[in-house]
Amino acid sequence: MISQFFVLSLRGDNIIFRDYRADVPKSSAEIFFRKVKFWKGEEGEEAPPVFNVDGVNYLHVKVAGLLFVATSRVNVSPSLVLELLQRIVRVAKDYLGVLNEESLRKNFVLVYELLDETIDFGYPQTTSTEVLKSYVFNEPITIDAARIPNLGAAAIFMQGSRRMPGTAVTKSVVANEPGGKKREEIFVDIIEKISVTFSSSGYILTSEVDGTIQMKSYLTGNPEIRLALNEDLSIGSGGGSNYEYGGSGGMGMVMLDDCNFHESVRLDDFDLDRTLTLVPPDGEFPVMNYRMTQEFKVPFKVYPTISDVGAFKAELVLKVRAEFANTITANSVVLRVPLPKSTTRATFQLELGASGQSTDFKESNKMMEWSLRKVTGGSEHLLRVKLTLSQERNANIKKETGPVSMNFTIPMYNASRLQVRYLQIVKKSKTYNPYRWVRYVTHANSYVVRL
Amino acid sequence: MPPPPPHRPTSTSTPSGKGELAELKTQLRQLAGSRAPGVEDLKRELYKKVISYMTIGIDVSPLFSEMVMCSATSDVVLKKMCYLYVGNYARVHPDLALLTINFLQKDCQDEYPMIRGLALRSLCSLRVQNLVEYLVGPLRSGLKDTHGYVRTVAVLGVLKLYHIAPNACKDNDFPAMLKELIHRDGDSQLHFSFVSGGIQFFYLMNNEHMIYMIKDFSEWAQCLVLEMVAKYVPEDPNETFDIMNLLEDRLQHANSAVVLATIKVFLNLTMSMADVHQQVYERIKAPLMTLVSSGSPEQSYAVLCHLHLLVMRAPVLFSSDYKHFYCRYSDPSYIKKLKLEMLTAVANENNTYEIVTELSEYAANVDVAIARESIRAVGKIALQQYDVNAIVDRLLQFLEMEKDYVTAETLVLVKDLLRKYPQWSQDCIAVVGNVSSKHVQEPKAKAALLWMLGEYALEMPDAPYVLEGFVESWAEEESPEVRLELLTAVAKCFFRRAPETQKILGAALAAALSDAHQDVHDRGLLYYRLLQHGVETAERVINPPKQAVSVFADTQSSEIKDRIFDEFNTLAVVYQQPSYMFLDKEHRGAFEFSDDTSTNASVTESSETMLASQSVDANDNDLLLSASEKEDTRGNLVSNGSSSYVAPSNSLIDGLGSFTVPPAASSLPTASFAIDDLLGLSLSTNSPESTLAQPSLVLNAKPALNPGAFQQKWRQLPVASTEDYGLSSQAAANLTGPQPLLKHMQTHLIHCIASGGQAPNFKFFFFAQKSNASTGLGYFLVECIINVTARKCTVNYKTDESDLLESFAAVFKSAILNFGV
Repeated sequence: MISQFFVLSLRGDNIIFRDYRADVPKSSAEIFFRKVKFWKGEEGEEAPPVFNVDGVNYLHVKVAGLLFVATSRVNVSPSLVLELLQRIVRVAKDYLGVLNEESLRKNFVLVYELLDETIDFGYPQTTSTEVLKSYVFNEPITIDAARIPNLGAAAIFMQGSRRMPGTAVTKSVVANEPGGKKREEIFVDIIEKISVTFSSSGYILTSEVDGTIQMKSYLTGNPEIRLALNEDLSIGSGGGSNYEYGGSGGMGMVMLDDCNFHESVRLDDFDLDRTLTLVPPDGEFPVMNYRMTQEFKVPFKVYPTISDVGAFKAELVLKVRAEFANTITANSVVLRVPLPKSTTRATFQLELGASGQSTDFKESNKMMEWSLRKVTGGSEHLLRVKLTLSQERNANIKKETGPVSMNFTIPMYNASRLQVRYLQIVKKSKTYNPYRWVRYVTHANSYVVRL
Repeated sequence: MPPPPPHRPTSTSTPSGKGELAELKTQLRQLAGSRAPGVEDLKRELYKKVISYMTIGIDVSPLFSEMVMCSATSDVVLKKMCYLYVGNYARVHPDLALLTINFLQKDCQDEYPMIRGLALRSLCSLRVQNLVEYLVGPLRSGLKDTHGYVRTVAVLGVLKLYHIAPNACKDNDFPAMLKELIHRDGDSQLHFSFVSGGIQFFYLMNNEHMIYMIKDFSEWAQCLVLEMVAKYVPEDPNETFDIMNLLEDRLQHANSAVVLATIKVFLNLTMSMADVHQQVYERIKAPLMTLVSSGSPEQSYAVLCHLHLLVMRAPVLFSSDYKHFYCRYSDPSYIKKLKLEMLTAVANENNTYEIVTELSEYAANVDVAIARESIRAVGKIALQQYDVNAIVDRLLQFLEMEKDYVTAETLVLVKDLLRKYPQWSQDCIAVVGNVSSKHVQEPKAKAALLWMLGEYALEMPDAPYVLEGFVESWAEEESPEVRLELLTAVAKCFFRRAPETQKILGAALAAALSDAHQDVHDRGLLYYRLLQHGVETAERVINPPKQAVSVFADTQSSEIKDRIFDEFNTLAVVYQQPSYMFLDKEHRGAFEFSDDTSTNASVTESSETMLASQSVDANDNDLLLSASEKEDTRGNLVSNGSSSYVAPSNSLIDGLGSFTVPPAASSLPTASFAIDDLLGLSLSTNSPESTLAQPSLVLNAKPALNPGAFQQKWRQLPVASTEDYGLSSQAAANLTGPQPLLKHMQTHLIHCIASGGQAPNFKFFFFAQKSNASTGLGYFLVECIINVTARKCTVNYKTDESDLLESFAAVFKSAILNFGV
């Protein structure tokens, strides 16, 4: 079981330190930090989340630039400890609204209070924000959300400025609103991470959607909720077969390889009409995680080409096409390309009239970067890069360049076409009509185009 | 009325020194008796400051009595901060602990249940001497408390008590009280608190409906219940299927710990049913992969380690899932590494082409470590496949990439490949011949290139000239490994192309003979003498005909792999080591706590009491408790969930995999003199602190090692340390032949395996083994050369137990210096 729990800043300062069993020396935080910082290994490797130093096991997760660490003397289940750490993070976030070094420092007494009830004698007790409420007495000191750069969870859902206030999801579950009464609202977010690898001929080698239906409830009185998904949703058996169905299967049919559910979810009607029934606990939690390898329409196509244009010169051309509807806009699109190691200079040539785009070349790791603040559906963008090389013979230039990796966020878009048909609050009162937000977003997880 | 103390914003400030502490002290003292309005807020601010100092490691224990004095309040937040403080410092201030106990006991009777619970929890968590008598009363009333919160705290309190004093726990009838409480109490929070302690094991098994109830427990309690179910052996297959059907939906839980615990149950239950076991593998694939791709990278890693273990056990079952093991651009390197190993394992004739193509892409990766691993993976696949044609081509293309690290890794692989498939030499050598030796920097790669130059000197026209270049820069070559290989390569080249190489060989031999490195020098001398004896003889020794290597040695024995599998869902899987290899209590003991002497005492004490608890007659209640504590006490292992128990000494052979190592030192009286000896000696040579920090060493009285095994070990192990000792004149006088020293060393449990020589020079090979070592491990090998006239003795140590080398060297030294005294 867990001996200690502590939180370190990236500089190695203790922000929180709690000892549960007194069988690991107090210097553990320092030993841990040194080990992580100077991880011995081959070039550029980072420390794994679990390691052992002198018989003490250190397990950690990195969140919001902080290290959440547990130590143990015994042969624990690593998943249990890592899940627990992640859960502590979530509880802290529910309480503090925003989780970062500042909010944690301001509320460290509150966090100690939480820790006291979440773990006793090294055994996890409860990690439910709901249950903890009755044991925890400190009021969270919320930090000014306006001062935080607008990249919080809420911002990613914004499609233009029409959707919702940016601070909604960064507010504390327990703290009272400055105005007095709490707003009754519930957020359901369908968050998808997509991984696609294209071969050099543009053919899709692998593709996968990893999705989560995440819920954050600010409803009082814990009403029951029904969440209806696509009626034709099918959950596959075995990974391989889904590839075959992909082309010919019913149009619009969503076929998941597999999924799992939060413990509060009841699946009584799931087989019948694809509805999930649950009484959402307070705070943020994943209702369902799913995985899909069925073919889907990729949001972006990238066409990279590189060619010799002289003894010490080469030219790289990158073309990006947004394959989604023109009502949708992708944000913070970034393409990165490792250039040949003999590259000494890269000159960028953007299209005429290009706006909101920037380019960069880092000599140290020969990496070039092309950022596009916004990309509207259906549009196409082009970048020419002229390379100056220090080597004349460059037969391998194609092999030394790439792969192109791409990052993006597309609000109100999801690759799998999994939908929430409706979100029903099962409550008798007719006047009760809380705000219900159902939002979609797709991120690139690993979006790679080979040359 | 005291004036309001000035206080700065808390938490981020640091004390400027002693002055600040003194100031806090005065302020707290002033507030202690105050009843002014708003005083609680001032106290809170001060407490916060104190706690923040405590967090960053500043010793604020001098404020102990003031803190306790201030805690007479009804403010729960203040109380909680005070409990936190007290829990942290009570141990180092035993004089003040009594004060603490008094006020905690008082709080245990508070009218407010929250405070009663909190006080009881803090009281049970204090680790101070003679605490037990104060605990029993509050615990007893806590278990009968009207409020569920207090009862829940009390249950864990009993567990804590059991840790400090198992006998007190039993004598006060706590187990019976717990049992009664379980039957009576419907509070589910309480239930899972029971399960947290694992106390409910028997009850659970005797009432199958408890497995039905699993969904009512919290996810954390579910993990613990499942952990226990995994040890259960059902009466018949029907029961097995019942349990599995019941737990089936746990595989769809979003918490990876629940899923892994369930999988462990499934795997264990079906261990003896091969076909069902295989079905289980098929069933758990998808949930595992979903967990790998959802959640944080850290969580993915823990799950992936388990998937890795399963893939390694049954690669065939996963061979069609290889695409899931492709690396993602965003994966951290620790995940990529595992995936590469899995790809290597699942490669078969159907998917090799695609896997190798994918791996080749990674070879050009910007992440150098992963690029290297990928090339190694390609090589491994080549070595395990029959049709390596395409792969060899691929490897050779790597050489054309002209990246230093790619070339380096590839050369090593090509060498291994040639050792297994000499038939490929034509293609490989043609390409290797083109590699410019300038691009090869890493010692391993250089050695591989040299090996090929020597071995295929006939096929590579410019081999002698490349070698000549190497010989010319002999002095600049830093790695002895490369110089050794170079010497051999030149010699081999000479046997094949004598006229061209003769001059180079001469230069190489001359360089070797004047080499500072002993091995290089010796090999040079050997070659020189062999050549003097005759070229044919030399060739027979240096370059005998070779057979292709069919199988390269597997790094991990299947026994170890099985042991890791038995420890599914534990750290063993992540470390890829059975738990005894990283948690061996013998290696850590209480010594590491030298920075905190009181902990030291309490740890030793608790381990003693636990040992004592094992000798207590087992009755039902005792086992209720000890079942829960098996991990912590390494004692009374509950076997199979039935009512048969395995004594600690037998737990090694228990099939359940909880490998326990009996505590070292005191339990082995026969060897205790060795410890005395060790401590006595090291005290004289080392400072006392370092003695404390040294791991204890007890030698095996009857180690077994035959000369062949000794020789093999001696060859494998590097010299760990070399020492020179001066001998007393009596010792020198006694040493007329090897025998007397042999007998003498034997009394110190150091055994001789070979000896020889004539006065004044003697040479001995000794060995010893640490007690409790696993078979084939824990050996210390010693080469001891004595010159009687010079009264000097040179000792070379080799060991596979480098942690204990210092201890052993001390034992050996004392033994040899005592000779003749």
